[in-house]
Amino acid sequence: MDKRFGTAACWLLIIPYIGLLWVPFYNFHDPVLFGFPFFYWYQLAWVPVTAFLTWIAYRSMRNDD
Amino acid sequence: MTTELNTTALAVFVFFFVLVTVMGFVATHWRRPKTLAHIDEWGLGGRSFGIWITWFLVGGDFYTAYTVIAVPALVYTVGAYGFFALPYTIIVYPFVFMVMPLLWQRTKDFGYVTAGDVVHGQFGSRGLELAVAVTGVIATMPYIALQLVGMTAALKALGLHGEVPLAIAFIVLALYTYSAGLRAPALIAFVKDIMIYIVVIAAVALIPSKLGGYANVFAAADAAFQAKGSGSLLLQPNQYVAYATLALGSALAAFMYPHTLTGIFASNSGNTIRKNAALLPAYTLLLGLLALLGYMGHAAGLKLDNANDVVPALFQTLFPSWFAGFAFAAIAIGALLVILFLPTQFALDLQLLDGVWILQTFPALVFGLYTNWFRAPGLIAGWFVGFFGGTLFVWINGLKPLQPVTIGETSFTVYIGVLALVANIFVAAVVNSFMTKRNQPRAH
Repeated sequence: MDKRFGTAACWLLIIPYIGLLWVPFYNFHDPVLFGFPFFYWYQLAWVPVTAFLTWIAYRSMRNDD
Repeated sequence: MTTELNTTALAVFVFFFVLVTVMGFVATHWRRPKTLAHIDEWGLGGRSFGIWITWFLVGGDFYTAYTVIAVPALVYTVGAYGFFALPYTIIVYPFVFMVMPLLWQRTKDFGYVTAGDVVHGQFGSRGLELAVAVTGVIATMPYIALQLVGMTAALKALGLHGEVPLAIAFIVLALYTYSAGLRAPALIAFVKDIMIYIVVIAAVALIPSKLGGYANVFAAADAAFQAKGSGSLLLQPNQYVAYATLALGSALAAFMYPHTLTGIFASNSGNTIRKNAALLPAYTLLLGLLALLGYMGHAAGLKLDNANDVVPALFQTLFPSWFAGFAFAAIAIGALLVILFLPTQFALDLQLLDGVWILQTFPALVFGLYTNWFRAPGLIAGWFVGFFGGTLFVWINGLKPLQPVTIGETSFTVYIGVLALVANIFVAAVVNSFMTKRNQPRAH
């Protein structure tokens, strides 16, 4: 696969840092989901999102080894 | 919480403990190499661990007795603020993905076994190697102490008091680690992680239904916080910076410890590490739910003298005793694993203090992977300022790893580990730019 694309895909990994380290994005009670206030389900939702982004980055550079 | 001897729970506990002990001795024969006399074989399992073993070994680091006991305890006491463990264990994996395969390649190419080896190879400085190695040992001690806190809580719930049970456990485990090397903890990690998984899934699935659902759990916790006038379900505005810097600092520190680096170095390829970075967040999801056990403690109306008892007390109250025994065995074995791994008033503050220390090895260990600009004297100066400056600030703040900062009208607190790391890098860069101007040859 194109190496430049691999490098570009790695920039995706910046996204979780922005989404989680800027607390004003998510320090709210509403909307509530399955009984979880927003603060809690927002952060839990970042787990699959981050895993997915990492998987994309992995696919894009798999042949580099 | 009852601390009477519970026969059923104790029997289950002993059964699993014996099982794990037998496995430890079997490990001597598992994937047996020609010789264990070589440090690569003993300490790193011959650098042969594939995706699954690495997943269990590295992921297990986040499911120690400390995590299972102390994180819910903190959430029980302070609320949202204790939840920083979740963003921390999410953002750690992109970092692992980007950095650790490079570090692994370096150790593989040159046959390095420890962080000290890497630093010595890169910078040719015994002084810097010593600083990194000693920091690793010092920072691991509070970490081990934390595991003891967690394990003592589990043993106490079983009705076992005093040091004798703990001491017997350690002697047995030290013996088989000595004979099997890293293979013993790797094999035990399978059993222990599967046990913990069962416990956590059962806890997050069954306990809320007994307590009237998650909505009720959050409502009960909110009411409890308002009644005692401290703690809350959301962060206060002056906690934002502390929350974010704790998450970031902990994430950068997590893979600087000797026991976590060992898990990385023992894997069989950079690809294994990358793939694991995408798979390991599965642990994080459970960790987040586990943290909520703290709120469930409020919903169950537990009255505790010590917040660290919240998880054992929940299990005792809501689970049949055989399952409680199973859960405590999982927690106690988790604690032992950390001890094995290393041949060698609020628990959380302790963890964050050793985070301050271990973070100071970050520039020496990581920067050399990307640039040849840094030289040993600059990095030693940076380490010195970061390590002792950070320790001093923690001391000044009454052993709290948070420093209040006021800029103009706004005041907030910052994790001292991050402050000390910034100072460390700054000093290293300044000293280094003076050195390079004089065309300093590489120290050797």
